[in-house]
Amino acid sequence: MTIKGKIWKFGDDINTDLIFPRTAFRISPEEQPRYVFSDNRPGWSASVAPGDVLVAGRNFGTGSSRPGALLLKRLGLGGMLSDSMNGLFFRNCIGYGFPAMQCAGVSALFEEGDVAEFDLISGAIRNLTSGATAFGNPISRGMAETLEAGGIFELLTQKGYLET
Amino acid sequence: MGMTMSEKIIAAHAGVNRVKPGDIVTCDVDWIGIHDMFFTVGGQGDFSKIKKLHDPDKTVVLLDHGVPSPTPADAEGACGARAFVKKHGVKNFFDVGNHGVIHQKLAEEGFAAPGRMIACGDSHTCAAGAFNCAAGGFGPADMIYVLCVGQNWYQVAPTVKYELYGALPDLVTAKDLFLHIAGVFGEATNRNVEFGGPGLSSLSVPSRQSVATMCAEINAEFAIFPHDDVLEAYLRARARGAYEPVAADADAAYEEVRRIDLSELAPYVSGPHSIPNNCAPVRASAGLPIQQAILGSCSNGRIEDLALAARLIKGKKVANGVRFLVTPASQAIYLEALRKGYLETLAEAGAVITNATCGACYGGHLGLIGAGERCVSTTTRNFKGRMGSADAEILLAGPATVVASAVCGRISDPRDCFERGAAQ
Repeated sequence: MTIKGKIWKFGDDINTDLIFPRTAFRISPEEQPRYVFSDNRPGWSASVAPGDVLVAGRNFGTGSSRPGALLLKRLGLGGMLSDSMNGLFFRNCIGYGFPAMQCAGVSALFEEGDVAEFDLISGAIRNLTSGATAFGNPISRGMAETLEAGGIFELLTQKGYLET
Repeated sequence: MGMTMSEKIIAAHAGVNRVKPGDIVTCDVDWIGIHDMFFTVGGQGDFSKIKKLHDPDKTVVLLDHGVPSPTPADAEGACGARAFVKKHGVKNFFDVGNHGVIHQKLAEEGFAAPGRMIACGDSHTCAAGAFNCAAGGFGPADMIYVLCVGQNWYQVAPTVKYELYGALPDLVTAKDLFLHIAGVFGEATNRNVEFGGPGLSSLSVPSRQSVATMCAEINAEFAIFPHDDVLEAYLRARARGAYEPVAADADAAYEEVRRIDLSELAPYVSGPHSIPNNCAPVRASAGLPIQQAILGSCSNGRIEDLALAARLIKGKKVANGVRFLVTPASQAIYLEALRKGYLETLAEAGAVITNATCGACYGGHLGLIGAGERCVSTTTRNFKGRMGSADAEILLAGPATVVASAVCGRISDPRDCFERGAAQ
């Protein structure tokens, strides 16, 4: 499960309300992604290209259960790396099929615009621009199964729990 | 090596003898709770597609975020929740009029009880840890999984223990204890937090709920208090079904044990936009002007908070230029505060009393703030833009500090504002 893409860099303590602001409540799922980071980096959501990768510092996704991971995925991002991640946010990444990995110190290995390659099963991370490498926390077999299905809704549909 | 409370509850629900940090196990969940936001447009989970609930009798549905509905989308979401409980025969449904913030309802209706594992679709679910529960918040995807399957995976986290000594001084509250912990020790990302020590007996159950709720803000996985006589007295009138208290083993392994003398604490207030390592004694930021003050939420909308506020504000007035909003955490608390005269005292002083709802805490309705404004609040989060404009500031504090600030029109230490003993 290898992800490769151009890096967008964010700092520490990026919370769910910045990822998924209140202005994105109560509107259609198609409209929501453009509000991502509208309070801390206005205009950014329009410059994301499909497959780009987000690299962040500590405590990414601190806060609410609102599924910011889904908005990042719908925005076209291919995955993300961070020094650490709120546990509930990490679950939302897996649950919505958005590849994410935690690796202490990873944010120091990347500058914005670098190209990252990482593998969620082995944990291997490489900065293809600088050559720097690191190892993150690999995901479990169960998490990989959910990611491969595309997320929990897709998994439950395959298993017959949801009406199609 | 023994186990912590978190490890014991996880192991019991995974059907194994022991677990250790790093293990990933599948646990049966005792109670599953969801609220109205799961049914509103953009809520990210089409719960109407569920063919069959794993167990409708273990499912709790209630309306708390948009109550009463601030927009047509919320009204339609509430209709979706009602259709869901009808389709699946969910008996534990709390509609408008018998509502409250889900964490308070799980407590006062007796779902939260020792030894249980609770999954609820809200990040402050760790609130139920006050009841010796392993309770964790899930997003909509994990919630639909647990509703269908009755189980979910958990990764066992290392545990940090806080040992409490002494008792809180006058006008210093449990919220100040939390803000002290967050300010001094910072985040607990990918950690459990557990409490113990002789000082625990001086903390009421609502005070423990206030602390456990707020542990979401330091990213704790679970925040668990032990079972004791204080908790048992609360549970006797409420708990649904039998329960099995869980105590940490004497030789449990903690990542760190931190000692706090409650008697040395002062009122605390957070800075804006984040909480970990961003809290300080109130006297450090005293004098900052405010335009709004809020008393309420799943952290501080309980009867002891309203009682304290009423005693402090009796005979005084909310400062000119300040809106003071009071939001009880449940309809039952609202009614009790009404009967005891607290709401009358607060309204007489110029406070606006709202119904029980998540309301302004999540920026939904009933008290949003504009650009350039500052709000001091007992609510749970101070993220940029959360309560309205991204150019506003939210500072978090305990109920005594919020009342003092509402009366003075600026951030104020309650010990400088009210005569000592006023809280007695």
